[in-house]
Amino acid sequence: MRCSVFSALLVPVLLLGTSAGAGGDDTPSKAVSPRTLRLATTTSTDDSGLLKAILPDFEKRYRARVEVVAVGTGQALRLAASGDVDVVLVHARQKEDQFVAEGHGVGRQDVMYNDFILVGPRSDPAGASGAATAKDALAKIAARRAPFVSRGDDSGTHAREREIWASAGIAPSVTSNWYLSIGQGMGETLLFANEKAAYTLTDRGTWLARRSGLPELKGMVGGESISENRDSQLLNPYGVIPVNPARHPGVRLDLAARFVEWITSAEVQRRIADFGKEEFGQPLFYPNSATWKAATQESAK
Amino acid sequence: MLDALFSICLLSLYVSGLALLIATAVGVPIGASLALRPVPGQRLVEGVIYTGMGLPPVVVGLFVYLLLSRSGPLGWLGWLFTPAAMVTAQVVIALPLVTGLTMTAVRHVNPDLRSQLRALGATPLQVTWAMLREARSGVLVAVAAAFGGIISEVGAVMPVGGNIEGSTRVLTTAIVLETRKGNFELSLALGGALLGLAFFSNLLLLCLQGRVNR
Repeated sequence: MRCSVFSALLVPVLLLGTSAGAGGDDTPSKAVSPRTLRLATTTSTDDSGLLKAILPDFEKRYRARVEVVAVGTGQALRLAASGDVDVVLVHARQKEDQFVAEGHGVGRQDVMYNDFILVGPRSDPAGASGAATAKDALAKIAARRAPFVSRGDDSGTHAREREIWASAGIAPSVTSNWYLSIGQGMGETLLFANEKAAYTLTDRGTWLARRSGLPELKGMVGGESISENRDSQLLNPYGVIPVNPARHPGVRLDLAARFVEWITSAEVQRRIADFGKEEFGQPLFYPNSATWKAATQESAK
Repeated sequence: MLDALFSICLLSLYVSGLALLIATAVGVPIGASLALRPVPGQRLVEGVIYTGMGLPPVVVGLFVYLLLSRSGPLGWLGWLFTPAAMVTAQVVIALPLVTGLTMTAVRHVNPDLRSQLRALGATPLQVTWAMLREARSGVLVAVAAAFGGIISEVGAVMPVGGNIEGSTRVLTTAIVLETRKGNFELSLALGGALLGLAFFSNLLLLCLQGRVNR
C-alpha cells in the first residue's frame, strides 16, 4: 500500500513540473525564452486599455513579452516587495516613496497623470456641485450625512479619498451609517453608488468608460475634463518603479530598466497623450515624464 | 475575442483536468487505505479531511501564493503566475474532496467481500482494488464533486495565476474581469461556456462509469 501511494505521488509531481513550462512561457529559473517582463499595475490602469494599446511596441522593440498582473494598489506593491514582479506601475505617491525608501525599488519616475472627480446623485442633497474643491464638497456631504461610498480597499483612489477627508479635518467611520466602505474595485463602487444614490470619488478614466451605465450619477467636482479640473488635490500622478535586484535576486532589472526608459521616452509619451481621444473625445492620461517635460519645454522655446 | 475564448476554455480544462487527475491519483488510494486500514488517530485524520473539504479557495490561493512567492520557501520552483501554480492550488482544493468521499464510499462496501477475498488468498493490493471497484459509483461522485468544485473556483487561481492575458487567464478569472469592467453580457456568456464545459465533462465521466459497469 505504501508503495502505491508513493508512486501515486511521484507521477503527479512530474506532470506538474511540465505544466510550469506549458503556459507562462518562462521564469528566471526556467529560461525557455528568457525575455519576459512581469509588470504589476492597478486594475483601473489595466481596465483603461492603455497598456494593451502601447505594450506591443515595447514587446516588438525589445523582443520581449510583458505579463501584466493587474491587482489592487496594495497588492501590486506587495507583489513587487516580494520580488514576484520586475516592475510596478501605480498611482499612490506616498506608498511608492515608502516602497523605494524600504529598499524594494530602484528609483521612482514620473510617467503620466490623470485626475479624480467627485460624482454623486443627480438630486445632489448635499449641494456638493456648488463646491470649488473636493475638500469643500466632502465637508458638505459629511455635514448633511449624505450617503458616500468608499472603495475601502487601500487602492490609490482610496488613499486619495482618505487624504481629502483628512485635509477637511473629518474622520468618517463605518459607524457613521452614511459612510459605506465596500472594499471593492472602481467599477463595482460606481455601480453601488448608482444603486444607492450616493457620492463617491472616482478616477476619470473609469467614469468615462462606465457613465452610460450609471444614469443616477453626475459629476460634482472636477469638471468635464482634466483641463477643467481646478482642484490640485484631485490630480493623480503615476509612477513606475523597477524592483531592486539586490533585495530580490532573479528580477529582470535589465528589462525593467528598458521598460522605464521606453515608457518615459518622448515617443511613447506622445502615444499616451493621444490614447482615448477617439473614444471619449478627451485623453485619459496626460504625459508627465521628465523626458517629456524637457522635450516640450524645448519646443516651447 | 473568439480565439482568446478558445484558449481560455482550453486552459480551464487543462488546469482543472490536470489537478483532478493528480488529486484522484493521490486521493483515491489514500481514501481507500483509510477506509480499510484505520490509522492511529483516525478520527483526527478524518476531521482534517472533512475540514479540508470546506476550505475556502481564496484561503488556499493565499497560502499557495505565499509558498510559491519568490520570498517564499518554494519560490525557486518559479511556478508563480504559471499554470503550474494554478494546478497546485486546485489539487489542494480537490484532494480532501476525493479522499474523503472515496473513504466513505469504500467504507460502505460490504465487509464480507473483503473477508472472502482474503480467504481466497488475495494480496492487500488486490483486496483494495476489488473494494474500490465495488465502490466505483461513490468514487465517481467523489471525482465529479471535486471537478465541480475546482472548475468553478476563482479565489485560488486568481492570486496564484495572476489572470495574465494569454497565459493564465481561465474562464472564472475572465468572468471576474469582465464583470468588474461592466460587460455583464459577456460575463454571462462566459458563465454559460463554463457551465457547458462542466456539463460535458461530467457527461464524459458518466459514460466512463457506464462502460465500467458493463
